[in-house]
Amino acid sequence: MAEKNISVTLKVWRQASADKPGKFETYKVKDVSTGSSFLEMLDILNEELQKEGKEPFAFDNDCREGICGMCSLVINGVPHGPGRGITTCQLHMRSFKDGDVIVVEPWRASAFPVIRDCVVNRDAFDRIIQAGGFTNINAGSAQDANAIPIGKADADAAMDAAACIGCGACVAACKNASAMLFVSAKVTHLARLPQGQVEKRKRVLAMVAQMDKEGFGNCTNQYECQAACPKEISVDCIAKMNREYLSATVVEPA
Amino acid sequence: MNYNAPVTEGAKLDGHIPEGPLAEKWTKHKFDLKLVNPSNKRKYRIIVVGTGLGGGAAAASLGELGYKVDCFCIQDSARRAHSIAAQGGINAAKNYQNDGDSVYRLFYDTIKGGDYRAREANVHRLAEVSRNIIDQCVAQGVPFARDYGGLLDNRSFGGAQVSRTFYARGQTGQQLLLGAYQSLMRQVHKGTVNLHVRKEMLDLVVIGGKARGIVTRDLVTGQIETHWAHAVVLGSGGYGNTFFLSTNARGSNCSAAWAAYKKGAYFANPCYTQIHPTCIPVHGDQQSKLTLMSESLRNDGRVWVPRTKEMAEKVRKGELTPEQIKEEDRYYYLEERYPSFGNLVPRDVASRNAKMVCDAGLGVEASGRAVFLDFSEAIGRLGEDVVRQRYGNLFHMYEKITAQNPYKTPMKIYPAIHYTMGGLWVDYDLMSNLEGLFVVGEANFSDHGANRLGASALMQGLADGYFVLPYTIGGYLATMPPKATELTGDEPEFREAAKGVRERIQRLLSINGTKSPLEFHKALGHIMWDNVGMARTEESLKRALDEIPKIREDFWKNVKVYGKNEEFNQNLETALRVADFLELAELLAYDALQRKESCGGHFREESQTAEGEALRQDDKFAYVAAWEYTGADSNPALHKEDLKFENVHLTQRSYK
Repeated sequence: MAEKNISVTLKVWRQASADKPGKFETYKVKDVSTGSSFLEMLDILNEELQKEGKEPFAFDNDCREGICGMCSLVINGVPHGPGRGITTCQLHMRSFKDGDVIVVEPWRASAFPVIRDCVVNRDAFDRIIQAGGFTNINAGSAQDANAIPIGKADADAAMDAAACIGCGACVAACKNASAMLFVSAKVTHLARLPQGQVEKRKRVLAMVAQMDKEGFGNCTNQYECQAACPKEISVDCIAKMNREYLSATVVEPA
Repeated sequence: MNYNAPVTEGAKLDGHIPEGPLAEKWTKHKFDLKLVNPSNKRKYRIIVVGTGLGGGAAAASLGELGYKVDCFCIQDSARRAHSIAAQGGINAAKNYQNDGDSVYRLFYDTIKGGDYRAREANVHRLAEVSRNIIDQCVAQGVPFARDYGGLLDNRSFGGAQVSRTFYARGQTGQQLLLGAYQSLMRQVHKGTVNLHVRKEMLDLVVIGGKARGIVTRDLVTGQIETHWAHAVVLGSGGYGNTFFLSTNARGSNCSAAWAAYKKGAYFANPCYTQIHPTCIPVHGDQQSKLTLMSESLRNDGRVWVPRTKEMAEKVRKGELTPEQIKEEDRYYYLEERYPSFGNLVPRDVASRNAKMVCDAGLGVEASGRAVFLDFSEAIGRLGEDVVRQRYGNLFHMYEKITAQNPYKTPMKIYPAIHYTMGGLWVDYDLMSNLEGLFVVGEANFSDHGANRLGASALMQGLADGYFVLPYTIGGYLATMPPKATELTGDEPEFREAAKGVRERIQRLLSINGTKSPLEFHKALGHIMWDNVGMARTEESLKRALDEIPKIREDFWKNVKVYGKNEEFNQNLETALRVADFLELAELLAYDALQRKESCGGHFREESQTAEGEALRQDDKFAYVAAWEYTGADSNPALHKEDLKFENVHLTQRSYK
């Protein structure tokens, strides 16, 4: 596909720190190749800002191939921008037209406070995993890897859930800033495997309790999270987590 | 650096390889290592820098043992270390496929794949513990691919004729890292590991010849902090970004290792850099990184170019599509030149061949720097569904970047910088010549020789972190009484190091020049790729050694770093890292100049066989070149570690 150059207008969220008010600034980026990624376009913006003697714009990014979960921009109101199943860094300028106005914002959720511009603090996700998102196994104590066969359907379903990159787009997409998709992905991944069965009750209770403590909102089944998820994690995980939670609290409390 | 002066040689290095037969060395050594009493372990403090497969696994395992661990990463979460981007798989000598694999075969393949420039004893240990890694990961809940009987599936990777690679779709690195991350989070919750995210190590503190702590910068507040410990573990990754464009993450940097080098740790074999054959080609001058397409694609993808220059020319101009080229007009150069290994030759061989056919005018894409990776035969043989199951996410990634559908038209690929086999020198215990400094994963030099085989990086990172370091670090700590060696982090050496860091930052902020740090990084990258890339000559290396200092000088005169230290300042982070790349690049080129042989990823055009393969000079260069820092203006000193091969016979590597 032949690439061409386009020019766009950006309305970008600028905020010096968490305790200072933020606002949109308008910038123009000219002659960017449609073959460039969205973040490369922002690199160009930053180089130009610096040439004009202006402070560059801060945004999180690292692997630039859709797997580390670091990049986190709301583009035209949609976490990770237009296009399904991609992160911000996998968005290319061919998704835009010459003359487009593009609005760039951070994840907005009280559990993800802004650090600077579009960089937010996602420590809450780490604390949820710390509460129980693991199996209790020390290095060196494992049995042979093939000792327990795992049906392909279970292994595949576990992998589907485990694909979560912890970016937080699900929270940013939710009007309640709920973290249910993130938490349920980990609960589902481990509950689907025999290795995760042993502690599944304890795990779901601890992770949900931590999620609530962090100030994430409740789920009202709008499925915006699933639509925004760059790894296309299904809301079936939320249903699975609800069943696990019910089982742990009502059916078979520990 | 004066490259015309004779090399200064220092004392030879001893790798402290245990005595005894190869297969018994590690078992015997584990018994010989001193132990730390369980109730004493919490009295020892250990710093771990980096949370990838090496650092993350080490920090978690040390926490499990009961040590008091401080763990640092530059990202906002430990789960984002660049190990996460590894796609294809992890090797282990399980022989689940009943196809003749064994610990010895994995050892042999790895030594040969590394072009006989790795230590036998280290590589054998790696092959031994590879089996434990898979067990450990499955127990953590890593969802490896399985067959319908519920048992683990394997695929093949380059440089091997057995199927020993375990994988989790195209996200193996991610799943292994999440396993290590979850184990690490478990320890954080238990209170054995204190995790410091968004904190960057900027200096190593050495007291009485021993590594005793680090200086960090808080990337959110800019605060400069000191941290002390009984031992320091670096798992800070490789230095591929010296070339600017690479498959590394944007944040991947050499600064922690470089700080250790400048404090006395030797840097070994910096010229051993790996160029990965299957990456998406460069598309212009605004590109920020190169994306790898997993080597696993070569299981079913066939590499070819048009057989004649005329046809290639038409493809480049868009007058001919690959589908229109007849079978007999396609030059499957790997299959034709290497009938035994075909498309699965090791990475260095595949990369060099891609360069050769493109140099000969057979390359495709407007730039002429690309070859086809074609799945049409596999789709015909297996059906699109099977191909989608195996490689779906990779095809998806390719289509997102290039807007081309690889189910319908061949992928276009070209080699790119991917991994660095060189790194800080360590002995068999993974300890640097600086006592108390341990180095794991890509940051050390130890196991891959001059070329790493596919699916072996994950294996080495986890081997070091889960199964080697937890033993060897105990042997070192047992020699230190924990209470009598406690520190405060306010000793003169700490204050001096912190002051040095503050001054360096201040100097960068006050230059107030006209060019951004990124401009310098790009300029460095061009010099490195053109002169120190896939083919190196004495002339090109000298050119690089002339040019690098000029850019560095320009950097320290004309760089513009915005803002101040006491804030979240990505511009300053970049500037600090680029400053280190500008120094490491020179050592890399200098090492490449001194190694007047070709081996693995280091290809000197002066040293090749009649068929254009890498020609080693074993009588002169069968050694590890470890460099000692001697000051900013003087040449580094060379310390050789002779490589002794007692089990394998050195031969010209052949994949024909």
